[in-house]
Amino acid sequence: MEVSDLQTVFWSRRTRIYAANGVSFHLNRGELLGVVGESGSGKSVTMMSLLRLLPSPPAEIVSGRVRLGDRDLLSLDPSEMRKVRGGEVGFIFQDPMTSLNPVFTVGYQLMEPLRKHLGLGRSEARKRAIELLSRVGIPSPQDRINDYPHQFSGGMCQRVMIAIALACDPKVLIADEPTTALDVTIQAQILELVQKLRQEMGMSVIWITHDLGVVAGIADRVMVMYGGLVVECAAADDLYANPRHPYTRALLETVPRADMAGQERLKSVGGQPPHLTVFPTSCPFAPRCPHAFDRCRSERPPLMPVGEGHDAACWWDVIEGSPRDDV
Amino acid sequence: MMSEPGVLTIKPQAGPDDVLLRIIDLTLHFPTYRGVLGRQVGGIRAVDGVNLEVRRGRTLGLVGESGCGKTTTGRVILRLYDPTGGRIEFDGEDITHIQGKKLRRMRARMQMIFQDPQACLNPRMTVGSIIAEPLNEHRALKGKEKEKRTRELLDAVGLNPKFANRYPHEFSGGQRQRIGIARALALNPDFIVCDEPIAALDVSIQAQVVNLLKDLQEQFSLTYLFISHDLSMVRHLCEDVAVMYLGKVMELGPRDLIYKDPMHPYTKALLSAVPVPDPRVERARQRIILKGDLPSPANPPSGCRFRTRCPVAFDRCAAEQPAWRKVAGNRWVACHRAE
Repeated sequence: MEVSDLQTVFWSRRTRIYAANGVSFHLNRGELLGVVGESGSGKSVTMMSLLRLLPSPPAEIVSGRVRLGDRDLLSLDPSEMRKVRGGEVGFIFQDPMTSLNPVFTVGYQLMEPLRKHLGLGRSEARKRAIELLSRVGIPSPQDRINDYPHQFSGGMCQRVMIAIALACDPKVLIADEPTTALDVTIQAQILELVQKLRQEMGMSVIWITHDLGVVAGIADRVMVMYGGLVVECAAADDLYANPRHPYTRALLETVPRADMAGQERLKSVGGQPPHLTVFPTSCPFAPRCPHAFDRCRSERPPLMPVGEGHDAACWWDVIEGSPRDDV
Repeated sequence: MMSEPGVLTIKPQAGPDDVLLRIIDLTLHFPTYRGVLGRQVGGIRAVDGVNLEVRRGRTLGLVGESGCGKTTTGRVILRLYDPTGGRIEFDGEDITHIQGKKLRRMRARMQMIFQDPQACLNPRMTVGSIIAEPLNEHRALKGKEKEKRTRELLDAVGLNPKFANRYPHEFSGGQRQRIGIARALALNPDFIVCDEPIAALDVSIQAQVVNLLKDLQEQFSLTYLFISHDLSMVRHLCEDVAVMYLGKVMELGPRDLIYKDPMHPYTKALLSAVPVPDPRVERARQRIILKGDLPSPANPPSGCRFRTRCPVAFDRCAAEQPAWRKVAGNRWVACHRAE
């Protein structure tokens, strides 16, 4: 999957919100890409734009291309798009309790994509649904298939959501903060489950989160977003050991760690995340950045290669401690 | 302290063993009713025999998963719910059943910071009047002095005093949480229950608010009960940590000991489940993955609460409730297995 220059704008009566401002990235086959950013950084909007899940109006995808296989998802007609959603690309939402429909049984909701996309009959779909439920670790699935979502706990609901997303053997799974609403011990269960399923099914995963810790153990590559832009993207080990964008550094420094005693005071980034009411023509992090200089405020840095498979969008070279002069 | 409330007085610094708040065997059961006659059929054991000590000028972190009763415990301590059993001692005085004027006077000394900064501020009141409300309520200050105090408080939490005439919607999440903190400080309290004050904030804003809480603690000699599910932040902020599970405290002790050498199997599992932002550490780690979900507090398991998910449970755990016992120094634990 390859995304280039994706730009999404929300229109309201008086203002425009520039939520994603030219996002480009690629997802290799069988890879898990972690997408990290604070709320309002455009990570969810980007991923929902890929599948054209945002209602229009107010959202409008201004430009961009999303290539999956040999097709451009943004130019498909609605009926073809429906086949992609839930078929080739699965989506897991943040809040499992509200994304399941409370008036249908779990089994019905799980069988729906199977019958629509794969054209299975009722009994076949049921058989496959039971198999899926046991695969995601729900005990006695043949009984639980007739239960309603409220009869499941949060962690169990999330397992059902995963089963629905995986129903049609998708090539790509997009998980939008799937563990944020869950407790840590349940989160550990879900992380383990996703790792296991990925090995079994060999799909590519995009994992959206605001917690750098969650993706550290599971991601192959990590992409950091800020103000609707990708600010850094690298292999996981490289990014955590050797962050090159000041925002990524700040993120890693502000979070205290449970495995070691920290300093007396937390380092904090002053200021607020940007308002996205104007299209960014300068670096969106410049007002909060300790290294910002004139060029940052006048010219927006593009994503530049700074190492082997390591890109960062910054005019400042943190290794040299000086502005980048080669670009 | 109500005699000169306008002044931000410095309270005397206390010794390390000076207990400000002591909770003994506290219980709170919410009754459940069924049928047309509304007969009581059982109870939700939200808090079921909690023992805690909070020392003056220090922070106790109360951690646990959602539904374990940590928020309810915080609220019972402030007497926002009436406990069904046990004792609450605040500053040497039994406040478990005090009523009327006495309770009102006590409330001025204990405040709360809420989780959701959006919901806990009245959208139709200005920031100034929100912060001044406790002052009005307790008839602490009037007129010019009240205005001065409001400005002082805004300044103390790092907001521009000129903002007093604005409304909550004009502020961001982090700033709203600062307003909530200013309101809690208005009556110059000794003790503040912080109920997940940073859970709704972004990572980069969390650090700002946590640093503010630390500064204020030093400046005004505050004692905190910090309720949170974020074990990393608790390690940073709290001197002592209590781990709660299904209405009971499983382990209590100084921070460094709890994190380095947890004794209770639940604490061990909880700590091993916290993700660390370092791929190398993550890959090397042995996770203890707990099976299943939290049981219902209406019908907790017999014996030890945790035995249904415990990796080291044995026969005795089902038959006998583990006693709350002191092991070495200031450490307390409730487990048959703990040495």
